[in-house]
Amino acid sequence: MWRNKRFAVLWPFLGAALAVSAACAETPNSCVDCHSALDPPYKVTQDQFAQDIHAQKGLTCASCHGGDPTKDDQDAMSKKAGFRGHIDHKDVPALCGKCHSDAAYMRQFNPSLRTDQFSQYLTSVHGKLLAKGDTKVAVCTDCHGVHDLRPASDTRSKVHPLNVAQTCSRCHADAAYMKGYSIPTDQFAGYSASVHHEALAVRGDLSAPTCTTCHGNHGAAPPGVGTVQNVCATCHVFQAQLFASSPHKAAFEAASLPGCVTCHSNHRIAHPSDAMLGTGTQSVCTNCHTSGDAGYDAADKFHAQLAQLDTAVKTSDELLGRAESDGMEVSQPRLEQDQARDSLTKARVTIHSFNVARVDQDIQAGLKIAGKTHQEGEAALRERDYRRKGLAWSVVAIVLVLIGLRLYIRQIESGGKI
Amino acid sequence: MLTRIRNWLDERFGLAELTAPLREKTVPIHSRSYWYFLGGITLFLFGIQVCTGILLLLYYRASASEAFESVQYIMTRVQFGWLVRSIHSWAANLMIFTAIAHMFSVLFLKAYRKPRELTWVSGMILLFLAMGFGFSGYLLPWNTLAFFATKVGTEIAGQVPFVGHQMMVFLRGGEEVTGATLTRFFGFHVAVLPGITTLLILLHVALIQRFGMSVPPDVEAKWKADPAQAREMHFFPNFLLRELMAWYIALGVLGALAALKPWDLGTKADPFAPAPAGIRPEWYFMFMFQTLKLIPAKIWFVDGELVGILVFGLAGLIWLLLPFFERERNGRSSRWILGLGVFALAYMASMTVYGYVAK
Repeated sequence: MWRNKRFAVLWPFLGAALAVSAACAETPNSCVDCHSALDPPYKVTQDQFAQDIHAQKGLTCASCHGGDPTKDDQDAMSKKAGFRGHIDHKDVPALCGKCHSDAAYMRQFNPSLRTDQFSQYLTSVHGKLLAKGDTKVAVCTDCHGVHDLRPASDTRSKVHPLNVAQTCSRCHADAAYMKGYSIPTDQFAGYSASVHHEALAVRGDLSAPTCTTCHGNHGAAPPGVGTVQNVCATCHVFQAQLFASSPHKAAFEAASLPGCVTCHSNHRIAHPSDAMLGTGTQSVCTNCHTSGDAGYDAADKFHAQLAQLDTAVKTSDELLGRAESDGMEVSQPRLEQDQARDSLTKARVTIHSFNVARVDQDIQAGLKIAGKTHQEGEAALRERDYRRKGLAWSVVAIVLVLIGLRLYIRQIESGGKI
Repeated sequence: MLTRIRNWLDERFGLAELTAPLREKTVPIHSRSYWYFLGGITLFLFGIQVCTGILLLLYYRASASEAFESVQYIMTRVQFGWLVRSIHSWAANLMIFTAIAHMFSVLFLKAYRKPRELTWVSGMILLFLAMGFGFSGYLLPWNTLAFFATKVGTEIAGQVPFVGHQMMVFLRGGEEVTGATLTRFFGFHVAVLPGITTLLILLHVALIQRFGMSVPPDVEAKWKADPAQAREMHFFPNFLLRELMAWYIALGVLGALAALKPWDLGTKADPFAPAPAGIRPEWYFMFMFQTLKLIPAKIWFVDGELVGILVFGLAGLIWLLLPFFERERNGRSSRWILGLGVFALAYMASMTVYGYVAK
């Protein structure tokens, strides 16, 4: 009896523990119970779905597929329970759009998330072709994934800036898949060799452009010949402004040439170099200009201007480097050299005005600074030589004093007087 | 003329009587006499430090916003400013080097034995003070390396049990290394340390004058057995002239270093910038720094760095009091002290080299 009484004391604790464990137990999900055992493409595991942003926000399989996951087998997948089953590829955008276009609904999860993806998609090449019945084109799940869909900020997401190009390339670099669309399939190879890819993937600059930066994401489409400079201008503001005021603007439009792309290419955009100017083998100017025309001469002048300042900056750098390695304090001219380099960078931007006089202003400003730093470098080397001569004379004086002292010691100690 | 001045002074102050000990002072001559020059060279370099330090004071400004620029001004605009600053920096390093060499020569020649225990103690304190000069002076140009080295150095001081944190706050003038640290380091460097050092140098020299130069035990035994073999020279002028030659050589080395390798200024410290890679202290702290780096984070349940600091603290105390452990048995002095000296020298040298070689 006493023992029973003592046991009875534990009842409230046991009851509380059972209540807590019941509350903590996962909501039954018969979908995953079965689908985790199926073969792909029907296989969906609990681990996989737990990674999905929708699952993390409290949505379940039924949110998209309908049905009742709390029931078993056919009861869960009955029409009565609203089961929709497999979502047809062509129906995916509309299904996703049901929630993602509802600003009031989406606000509760992420107030800053845009809700125009579906309407944008309808304007995209993908969306238009889908509307025409082409089911090969990309829908939401082709780019974002399905059942383990992560937000774009997650580096594991297929649409994270670092992964976008790879995701697009899955279709666009597949010549067999793209057959019939009459567009090239070398964009990914070109982009992978570009300065933009280097900035993004090698230097880790997430603001560097990838496919969607220029083509748009949900409303993806080629920028178009007439407006390509507007796309580049979103980042390269000054170059675009200068180009707009340049004689090339009207000439390119007349010849239906796509602005920036004409000289810099589109996907395979190499790091620009001064060799692109002038009339050398790597020049892009000679693609249009021929010997004797004004543009040909101007191209030579641009190249010569940039080369002059570039050489002046490098010469001063070398001189100051030599002085510095010899221990001279040249931090001030080093700082001024940055201004000369800035002038060179500015001149390279001003080139897009294709105006010799305008470029010359920046070149002259840079040359003035480089000339001054060159003089300071030479002065530092003269000072170094002066110090070395001073050292040589000091050493001579010290050696003479040492000899004198030694002789004096010998003199006073002669005869053993120590 | 000089004779007339001497006679004038002698008549009034009894100069001959005052300088008599100097004239009578002698220095033993044996195969290891050249080690006697090291103390004098250290003193000479200290004198150079004082002179160049005073010249630097004419232009140096001890504030976080002006320190770097003022040193830059000294290096580029002030006539021979580069020479003064480079000599100051090189002489500081050479002084610590000669002081350490002097300490080991005294140890290996057993010059610390009775009755010279306090000469050793005062010399050791002078060496610690010289390191204090180095640590405080390193920060004064307010460049990146010095800033972060001071940060690390004061952090290590902060690990000392019980008083560590207070000590760190006292050194830094707050929780962080700021302009307040610079001004107090400047105060230590130009007022506190020179005052104490000058007094101790006077005591050290007075003790040397009182007890004379020590003779190594084996030479002493030989001379005792055969007094005819004992040789010595007058301190003045014979030894002093030789010492003067050593000073001139030191001056030549200093001039060459300053002209060929002027002391680098680096870049101005930016307290908000991340610590650059390869932060390390001055070479004479390197063996301790490298040891602390190699000690595991935890030794049993005690913090590894704390163990390192305690061991170095204890080793420093034992080293300071080394002469008091010396015992003569059967006419032979303790050999373990010599062994300890060899071990310490090998350890310091190898750890210093390792510190510079290790990435």
